[in-house]
Amino acid sequence: MIELSNIQKYYGTYHALRDVTCHIQEGEFFSLLGPSGSGKTTLLRTIAGFEGINSGTVMIGGQQMDGVPPNKRPTNMVFQSYAIFPHMSVAQNVAYGLRSQRLSKTETAQMVSETLAKVGLAGYGGRAAHALSGGQRQRVALARALILKPKVLLLDEPLSALDRKLREEMQSELRRLQRSLGITFVLVTHDQEEALTMSDRVAVMFEGQIAQLDSPQALYKHPASKRVAEFFGAMNILKAEIIEVNGDIATTRIEGLGVAELAVPKAASVESSFCVGVRPESMTILDDEEQAYAKETPATVTEVEYRGEMTYYDVTIDGADKPVVVSMRNTSNRALREVGHHVRIGWENASAVLLLDQD
Amino acid sequence: MSKRILTVFMIAFILFLYAPTLLLPIFAFNDSSIIAFPLSGFTLDWFASLGAADELRKATGTSLIIATSSSIIATMLAMLATSATVRYRFPGKGAMIGTIMLPMFLPEIIIGVSLLTVVLLAGLKLSIYTIIMGHVLICTPFCIAILRSSFQQLDPSLEEASLDLGESRFDTFRRVTLPLIMPGVVSSLLIAFTISLDEFVIAFFLSGTEPTLPVYIWSQLRFPQRIPSVMALGTLLLLLSVALLTLSEVLRRRSARRLGKDMTGGVL
Repeated sequence: MIELSNIQKYYGTYHALRDVTCHIQEGEFFSLLGPSGSGKTTLLRTIAGFEGINSGTVMIGGQQMDGVPPNKRPTNMVFQSYAIFPHMSVAQNVAYGLRSQRLSKTETAQMVSETLAKVGLAGYGGRAAHALSGGQRQRVALARALILKPKVLLLDEPLSALDRKLREEMQSELRRLQRSLGITFVLVTHDQEEALTMSDRVAVMFEGQIAQLDSPQALYKHPASKRVAEFFGAMNILKAEIIEVNGDIATTRIEGLGVAELAVPKAASVESSFCVGVRPESMTILDDEEQAYAKETPATVTEVEYRGEMTYYDVTIDGADKPVVVSMRNTSNRALREVGHHVRIGWENASAVLLLDQD
Repeated sequence: MSKRILTVFMIAFILFLYAPTLLLPIFAFNDSSIIAFPLSGFTLDWFASLGAADELRKATGTSLIIATSSSIIATMLAMLATSATVRYRFPGKGAMIGTIMLPMFLPEIIIGVSLLTVVLLAGLKLSIYTIIMGHVLICTPFCIAILRSSFQQLDPSLEEASLDLGESRFDTFRRVTLPLIMPGVVSSLLIAFTISLDEFVIAFFLSGTEPTLPVYIWSQLRFPQRIPSVMALGTLLLLLSVALLTLSEVLRRRSARRLGKDMTGGVL
């Protein structure tokens, strides 16, 4: 649906987009994830037509978009500030883009009320735009874009201004809306949880480049670099030393834990330096007689953080100087450990990922 | 104690500001051609005499034409300049704003003399048009000062949203930008109108055979018996100004309420 090829963008001397290439498929929920200044919003605005690019091509629906202004593109956008026209009613806002279609008054009214119902605002047409709450404004912004039946809906951090509860509600609602309409959604966000829960695929961006493009599961389980790994949830980063490489598998000595056979990242080269990431939930503090894991490492509990369903332990592996985090589900038959306890940590090859130390 | 001093100071200050203005209506209704107390009686003769003065009517017409045209031209120029300077960065922007704003601080007599030189050098005839030119020059900075805050309050993503929803740049201006900056545009028109209407120095230098109202009033002051008529005229102008100011403030508040903004700011 959208094909971005070798896009370069400069603001003066600042290199905002560095050779970005990615293909967004039809009907996909695609997220651009990155910290502020990573170029994700610039890329979205490039697709919408608000930003010119220095080189590269943007194709939407098989058509070259070079020189096509925003009002002639088959995309519609939900702005971060929602950009609801304050001098119009809700219905006037939603009907704004219909003017060129020259519909009759009754047709327009019909479409407006149908679209408002779709976003959960049935009956709000007569309200003044400034009298709406944040969540309602966002729904109006959605309705205003969706009524035009765009091929692609672009969303610029649409949930960042909402409080937590409303945000979670809107996440599942956006997802449901996207599934039922079958429109391609491109979402910009800095919230990794949002990207994970909503998207079919996520492009992780740092400094104007796509660091990794993958499904949420793949990003979480097999991050390509240390930076991507740290961006998604908690990750213990440990020093690593490659002993031997055999095809795609590297025999690696992991600081403190021991030796493991790990997959070599695709982007690795001879000069790459590596480290190893281990998710807190992929290690276990073993019960006294438990033998469920292929590898075991002795350690001492140095901190306990109880969070209801989970307990987070800081454990220092014998001989190491800084602790790693291990999270344990609080099931009824598992004993809580206390600071100072000597324990065994159970893990296996699949617990660890070999990461590129730099991008 | 200090509170009382402040109260007295405030009353004295307001008297100093407005007492001279209040003398205008008082003598406009006084039944004597000599401007002095005690007042001798009530009359409407002076207002009636205004209707009979052909030259006065002509001067008023001239002034209205000039004030209307210069306020519209100045406001339009200011809208163009402000929308460019608020939204875009370009080389020489600071120098450009400085040059446009300069007439606000230049003595009018200098502007008047230089414009007169230019007009004569260019071989143009002094007319209503030359005065409009001069008034546009001095009104534009004020219009820019007013419109700048309107444009600054305008969220640029509103215009982007309109483009994104399929409207052209022109229709975006018509449907989104203009309605939202309207209170500023009205204030700008009004201020420029008022400035042009009572401007004397430039109009004096640049007027040909058709004097503006202030120039006409000045010429009448040579004849003492005409002074009460001038006072009556002044009273009418005063009422007109107050009415215009009130109107613009009412319009501004109404639109502010419609947009759900607070009512601070504006001319009043």
